[in-house]
Amino acid sequence: MPKRTDLRSILIVGSGPIRIGQGCEFDYAGVQACRVLRAEGYRVVLVNSNPATIMTDPEWADATYLEPLDLPTVAAIVERERPDALLPTLGGQTALNLAVELSEAGVLAEYGVELIGADLEAIRRAEDRQLFRETMQAAGLPVPASVIVTSLDQLDEIDLPAVVRPSFTLGGGGGGIARTQSELHRQVELGLRSSPISQVLVEPSLEGWQEFELELMADTAGNCVVVCSIENLDPVGVHTGDSWTVAPQQTLSDGELQRLRDAAFRCIRAVGVATGGANVQFAYEPETRELALIEMNPRVSRSSALASKATGFPIAKLAALLAVGYTLDELPNDITGASSAAFEPALDYVAVKAPRFDFGRFPGADAKLGTEMRAVGEALGLGRTFPEALLKALEGIEAGDALPVIPGLHPYFDAELESIRRAEDELAASGDVAAAKRFGLPDARIARLLGIGEREVRGRRGRPGRLAVDSCAGEFEARTPYYYFSYEAGDGDTTGAGAIVVLGSGTNRIGQGIEFDYCCVRAAQAFRRLGHEVVLVNSNPETVSTDYDTCERLYLEPVTLERVLDVVELERPLGVVVSLGGQTPLGLAAAFAAEGVPLLGDPLPAIEAAENRGRFAALLGELGLRAPEWTIATTTAEARAFAAELGYPVLVRPSYVIGGTGMRVARGPEELELAGPALVDRFLEGALELDVDILCDGNDGWVAAILEHVERAGVHSGDSACVVPAPSVSPALEAEIRALASRLAVGLGARGLLNVQLALHESRLYVLEANPRASRTVPFISKATGVPLVDHACRLLLGASLDELGLPERALPERAWAKEAIFPSERFAGAADRGIEMRSTGEVMASGATVVAAYRRALQAAGRARPRADVEPPLRREEEASLADALRSEAMALL
Amino acid sequence: MQAAFLVLEDGTVFPGRSVGTPGVVAGEACFTTAPAGYEQAVTDPSYARQVLAFAYPLVGNYGVDESLLESGRVWTEGVVMRRARLEWSAWLAARGVVALEEVDTRALVRRLREDGAMRCALGIATPAELHERALAQPHLDWPRMQAEPELASPSPALEACVREPFSVGAGPRVVVLDYGCKRSIVGRLAESGVEAVVVPGAWEAEQVLELDPAAVLVGNGPGDPAQLDGPIETVRELLGRVPLFGICLGHQLVGLALGLETFKLPFGHRGANHPVRVTGSSRVLVTVQNHGFAVAPGDAAEVSHVSLNDGTVEGLSGDDFTTLQFHPEAAPGPHDALPFFDEIAAACRSARTYAAS
Repeated sequence: MPKRTDLRSILIVGSGPIRIGQGCEFDYAGVQACRVLRAEGYRVVLVNSNPATIMTDPEWADATYLEPLDLPTVAAIVERERPDALLPTLGGQTALNLAVELSEAGVLAEYGVELIGADLEAIRRAEDRQLFRETMQAAGLPVPASVIVTSLDQLDEIDLPAVVRPSFTLGGGGGGIARTQSELHRQVELGLRSSPISQVLVEPSLEGWQEFELELMADTAGNCVVVCSIENLDPVGVHTGDSWTVAPQQTLSDGELQRLRDAAFRCIRAVGVATGGANVQFAYEPETRELALIEMNPRVSRSSALASKATGFPIAKLAALLAVGYTLDELPNDITGASSAAFEPALDYVAVKAPRFDFGRFPGADAKLGTEMRAVGEALGLGRTFPEALLKALEGIEAGDALPVIPGLHPYFDAELESIRRAEDELAASGDVAAAKRFGLPDARIARLLGIGEREVRGRRGRPGRLAVDSCAGEFEARTPYYYFSYEAGDGDTTGAGAIVVLGSGTNRIGQGIEFDYCCVRAAQAFRRLGHEVVLVNSNPETVSTDYDTCERLYLEPVTLERVLDVVELERPLGVVVSLGGQTPLGLAAAFAAEGVPLLGDPLPAIEAAENRGRFAALLGELGLRAPEWTIATTTAEARAFAAELGYPVLVRPSYVIGGTGMRVARGPEELELAGPALVDRFLEGALELDVDILCDGNDGWVAAILEHVERAGVHSGDSACVVPAPSVSPALEAEIRALASRLAVGLGARGLLNVQLALHESRLYVLEANPRASRTVPFISKATGVPLVDHACRLLLGASLDELGLPERALPERAWAKEAIFPSERFAGAADRGIEMRSTGEVMASGATVVAAYRRALQAAGRARPRADVEPPLRREEEASLADALRSEAMALL
Repeated sequence: MQAAFLVLEDGTVFPGRSVGTPGVVAGEACFTTAPAGYEQAVTDPSYARQVLAFAYPLVGNYGVDESLLESGRVWTEGVVMRRARLEWSAWLAARGVVALEEVDTRALVRRLREDGAMRCALGIATPAELHERALAQPHLDWPRMQAEPELASPSPALEACVREPFSVGAGPRVVVLDYGCKRSIVGRLAESGVEAVVVPGAWEAEQVLELDPAAVLVGNGPGDPAQLDGPIETVRELLGRVPLFGICLGHQLVGLALGLETFKLPFGHRGANHPVRVTGSSRVLVTVQNHGFAVAPGDAAEVSHVSLNDGTVEGLSGDDFTTLQFHPEAAPGPHDALPFFDEIAAACRSARTYAAS
């Protein structure tokens, strides 16, 4: 069937802030949906509260609402926009739950809004544990015998160990395994609290069974295809988001795989999924061949993003097209251009996903994995063999080079891990680097094993081939330039020189998240508009930057010296951009420069001047700028002597850190113990902190915005709520900051974006740090001010001067804006205790006529009804209240 | 494990490592994109005289499920892989199969995709020796085989078939003309509630009709259908006298018997993910395919199914015949087309008088 012409406008609901269990995969899904639905001529209305998303840039939708994702707000948007349809399947559990609420509240019926891509009954049948079980049993599908529990009185006859699964929560939130009666009691109590309908399902634990997932696409013609099979390396009992996984599945015979496929189709038909993406999870006992359906999601999910990147099949894009009436046979396979979308991708490589954890940030957190997801990010590795793919995924999570230790691993994977150890032994014995490369060992690993430098490894090996992710195992020619490296003959000719290579930020982690993907994607668009070809390198499967539609050529590879040098050799680029992907590419800048890689904007001197504390202090001195007193102490005694002289409290930190890892405040000598050399700074108790993002051209700096932190000094800037315009900054102070910014930009020789953190203490301005790169606040400021900072930064990197950019004297937001941080407190006790080490996973943004109103709304968007008791709302400059709320941004729709 | 090579008739050399029986074999190089079901593939008689390369790089991961084998022996002349699990290569070696791993199979697939099906040889020998051996191998398609009469050989289909009839299942009788029929076809027939009587493909129409079948299924098999004059004649004589069904080679034979033509595909369809549209609908079946030849459309039959990949004919239908180019029995692959066997069973139940006439 062709697309529906009775629909004109479609509302898409995003997934809100990044949380554990709901990452930036929904930004990717939403961006794809916006792109194709607009191309089909629909008016797209978008609502999302997450400022760091690409989808909330004004270009993506016809009307974009940066507003809280709650019933009253979205109902008001529906009333105002009168969309014909609501597409709720691309914004994760958040959007799906909102769609249910809107429907139950009668909002959809009142305004005649049709739910597309899912129907309410299907959502209920999939999400309500009891209904799901009944539906599966009626369809003759095996489900674990389970009990629905709505009160603590029902726990007597439950066999242990048991799994507790709350209904309607994301990422298994509030769930877990109980081995004793008291654990069961505690777990059910928690689960009932977590579930919005106070319902949990308690089922016999299938711990130790294998776990598989099938990613499906269905259409209204009754067609259904398996896009990808995924096998978890971790057995049942570990949340799939926390598992190492591999696609396609490796250990089932075709006969068993087809049993899963048949069951999955029956499952989604019984649930009533009419169109779009869905996934079904299975437990499988390999000895007895018992099969049990664990759960299904009637929507695009984290696994869908993974499956899309693993196979090249654009699930979210097709889900959106199917929701407006197309059938699979009518849509082409993007990648080949020639064949049809109604097929099942065939792979001739292996895709391994590694989870990234940040337990270290949550003291006392139980690092044991369970049914509740704890991972904060993931990386994908593509290789021609399992070891090659696994080792790339391991590089991608940047968490050391130890092979994963997974209890209960299937013998096949055990043997593959063993083969890695054997290959390492053989390498150590033979020194045969070429053989080790073909096997899949990364350069850094080889260098460590042979006790030589990476450069020498490079000299002793050949170059990898560039292979296409073509969705068809080579059967057809790929049109879409989506690549990975392996030590095989490459596909076709390499491309001409002169592209710009933008390095992504790798796996999401606390302190380096989606905001950097925003910067990279925005830069790709900007460079393309300026007439350049753009090449992206990243291995985070959740992101828009790893969507092959974002650039001319995508390399799904970890951002490491080895892979980037391979890209550079093939591409012979005009320049490589290291300053938009956070610390991961920035940290490699010196190594790239040493290998002769052309870095766009010559960022190295500024990076070194800003990161080397001695040089930075000297520079501030030359410029007449103030910094808190500091020293480098190598022993505890030295640190204490310095602190005694200066007075406590002092701030202690190791150098070169992301998101404040290992930073702390010592309030007395007993708290001042050093494990190694550290920087010791005077801590400015009670200081007001300001974040300043600056555009620079090497000769001058232009302040894009001054953000005021709601919390006082001592809270990591990534965890602080922020408002703009800064209510405490008087015109005189602003002038001082502008002068300072300009001097600092020139002094550092920075080009592009520069972020400066300032403290206002006893009416004096201190420079805390300067980062010559895109900061976490760039998307927020771009959206608040309407100034596309990244676009300007790209021109500056290419050599333009600030004058050429035609910037206004000051960028004044037309309304007040606030952002608030989101903490994984439902996963880690005390996660929301803001401190010097960053712990938030995401953020929300909202606006208002005044900073107070904006801040209140941000709190609402964060799901906090009232301001926290420990924070004084930023009421310090009442005159800001008169900010012209009559002004309307053309780009941003406002309520 | 010794250094070995695969050499194509155009001289392209792929180094590898011998993991099967030491030796040299030759055949037509082809590739499958199916990621699992390797033990089913190599025992499928349709691969006779072919060297099968697996596009999916990891082969042998789950061992061998003996219950899934498609015949009593390995039919592929040779097996080419990127990485083989030890247990699997030992299984191949024990069956006397020449097999290589560490081959850049993606490059091989690319070459076959671009330059079409080619003869090849593989094993422990010098590239020059293997090249000579490849060129001494007959082509698998009839026109080129005729052009090199000194190499010509009979169709492998008649080698792969049973010598004596046998029967499986109970119910209305379906005679299966065997040219190398997969076990799972016979198994699926029996499961659908019919008695499948498998007879040698060389049988003539009268021999078949003597068994008083409710339907006849012309089965799959290797080689060029145009080379099979006898079977084409048999099928022609059966047309109109009994409901006829065909799978793969059987479909091609029915096409030829109807007066349609067959032709060699550039590099064949082999895999478990081929989309096929049911004519006149939006319904798409994800099918299992293993064929190097196809039927050209013509007036003699309606085209019931079409490949969404290249538009070739995937099924024919008429008053008394229904045929599929793809494999409804799957094995290995998706079950989307399994209802075909119920269709056969249903036709048997409604066709008694017709068969008796």
